[in-house]
Amino acid sequence: MRESRLKLAAGYVALLIISVMFIVPFVWLLRSSVMDLSQIFIMPPEWLPRPFHFDNFKNAMTVVPFGAFFKNTLIIVVSVLLGTVVSSTVAAFGFSRIRWKGRDMVFAILMSAMMLPGAVTLIPSFLGWKTLGFYDTFYPLIVPAYFGGGIFNIFLLRQFYLTIPQDFDEAAFVDGANYFQIYWRILLPLSRSAVIVVALFTFLGSWNDFMGPLIYLKSDSRFTLALGLQMFQGSYTAQWDLLMAASAAVVLPCVVVFLVGQRYFLEGITLTGLKG
Amino acid sequence: MGIPALEGHSALETQALRKRKHARERKALFYGLLFTSPAILGFLIFTLGPMIASFYLSLTDYNVFKSNTTFIGFDNYAKLFSGEDDLFYQSLGTTFYFVVLRVPAVIIISFFMALLLNMNVKGRSVFRTIIYLPSIVPAVASSMIWLWLLNPDLGLVNSVLQKLHLPTSNWLFGESSVIPSIVLTSLWGIGGTVIIFLAGLSGIPKQYYEAIDVDGGNWFHKLRHITIPMVTPTIFFNTIMTIIGSFQVFSEAYILTQGGPNNKSLFFVFYLWRTAFRDTEMGYASALAWVLFIIILIFTVIIFKTSKSWVHYEGDKA
Repeated sequence: MRESRLKLAAGYVALLIISVMFIVPFVWLLRSSVMDLSQIFIMPPEWLPRPFHFDNFKNAMTVVPFGAFFKNTLIIVVSVLLGTVVSSTVAAFGFSRIRWKGRDMVFAILMSAMMLPGAVTLIPSFLGWKTLGFYDTFYPLIVPAYFGGGIFNIFLLRQFYLTIPQDFDEAAFVDGANYFQIYWRILLPLSRSAVIVVALFTFLGSWNDFMGPLIYLKSDSRFTLALGLQMFQGSYTAQWDLLMAASAAVVLPCVVVFLVGQRYFLEGITLTGLKG
Repeated sequence: MGIPALEGHSALETQALRKRKHARERKALFYGLLFTSPAILGFLIFTLGPMIASFYLSLTDYNVFKSNTTFIGFDNYAKLFSGEDDLFYQSLGTTFYFVVLRVPAVIIISFFMALLLNMNVKGRSVFRTIIYLPSIVPAVASSMIWLWLLNPDLGLVNSVLQKLHLPTSNWLFGESSVIPSIVLTSLWGIGGTVIIFLAGLSGIPKQYYEAIDVDGGNWFHKLRHITIPMVTPTIFFNTIMTIIGSFQVFSEAYILTQGGPNNKSLFFVFYLWRTAFRDTEMGYASALAWVLFIIILIFTVIIFKTSKSWVHYEGDKA
């Protein structure tokens, strides 16, 4: 009994230490983003800004057109989100609720593509988009989402659909429903939490994407936040106060989305890990 | 022919039945393909097509700024392995070093963090949130933070080490410390792996531990004989995912160091990107991509093959 209480106390202390280590970079980011440049480099570091410099955010915006970057990012993220949700739920329906010849083989082939490193398809895809005249547009970043929405998402949704009793579909069939109605009226409402998981991960993936915009976008005016921040870092290395304000502005939407959808995130990771 | 006599159908009825079944199957096939067609098309257009094109490109000397492209067979591959390209070996070595350092670190640390989170401490969900949160931070932003925290002169880490009278480091600017430093920064994003381990741990039936209690075993016996064997499927999954991810690290390499200092952090995919998009040697870069694919494939196959001897699935005994 005493041993286990001791163990619990030790675990508690260990968790506290780890949490502090995980949180310090966040605190560093936040305090620096509202600090004066003269206070930022004081050693040993000060943690409380005196006074709070909220105009760092405004100044960062005027040095670099973050407003435009934000709009670009939003256009891409929303389009990708829409395409992924529609396309992956439809595909997962076809791979789980309809029994057709060759289904499992086709699915296995698609799954095997997950093994392929992105680097292999990178160059021909780039050349293809360029040949079609879509270099320096958002299309290469958006269109693929409408073609399946990523096999991993299909896999995740299919796992979920398979847990829903097939009787539901059969009952609906007897009542004269067709496949589209079953998909729309039965499967989608029943799998809302799985769809939210897919949507959340897609949001983060698209918001955080760096390599895609780096390769496909050329004009500054079409840059995304991730790319803009990198450009900012390249040219304003000394202005850590503005750099941190810009970084905080890129991070905060992710944090808000995570905190709001926390339950689904943890559920989703668990689902993918367990059934992997 | 079936066994119509048994079911009492006449030949005519059977035929009608079969016809209807056939029609139903045709309808299912049609709708099945209809629903999955975007995904199948996507696979053909964005995976299989580029894959074939990439292999073909790797057999040519395609360069964006050269007017004519010639088919050169396996010359690109021969050049890679002939030792002519120092940077190829450099980037391969760097990437292997990174993988060898990072994968065990990620697996061991996240396993122990999951063990801690699995204890019955108060505020578990708060700790879980804190540990998971950094893994959602965009690579660009987390790289900015770490660039500064690890700055040799202005960074927090060296300042703390100095205060504790511990040796400081050049971190990302030191030739021997750059890869360990990048591994260190990547550990900040370990949360997803921890959560998967946590899910694996929570699936272990309590009775197993009670049995050890009855036998008078301590926590180490529990860890050794129950916890570790029971989470081997999770260890297996996490190891494969971490290896695949580690071989392909790009954004961090690009933002943190751009391959420096002195090419000591020239990661394979970064070198590939540079060859393709800065030097515009796209044929040669395609050969690099295929080498990466083969390496990842070999590692995955090895892990899969050895997994039979160390991964235990419940109900495996039969």
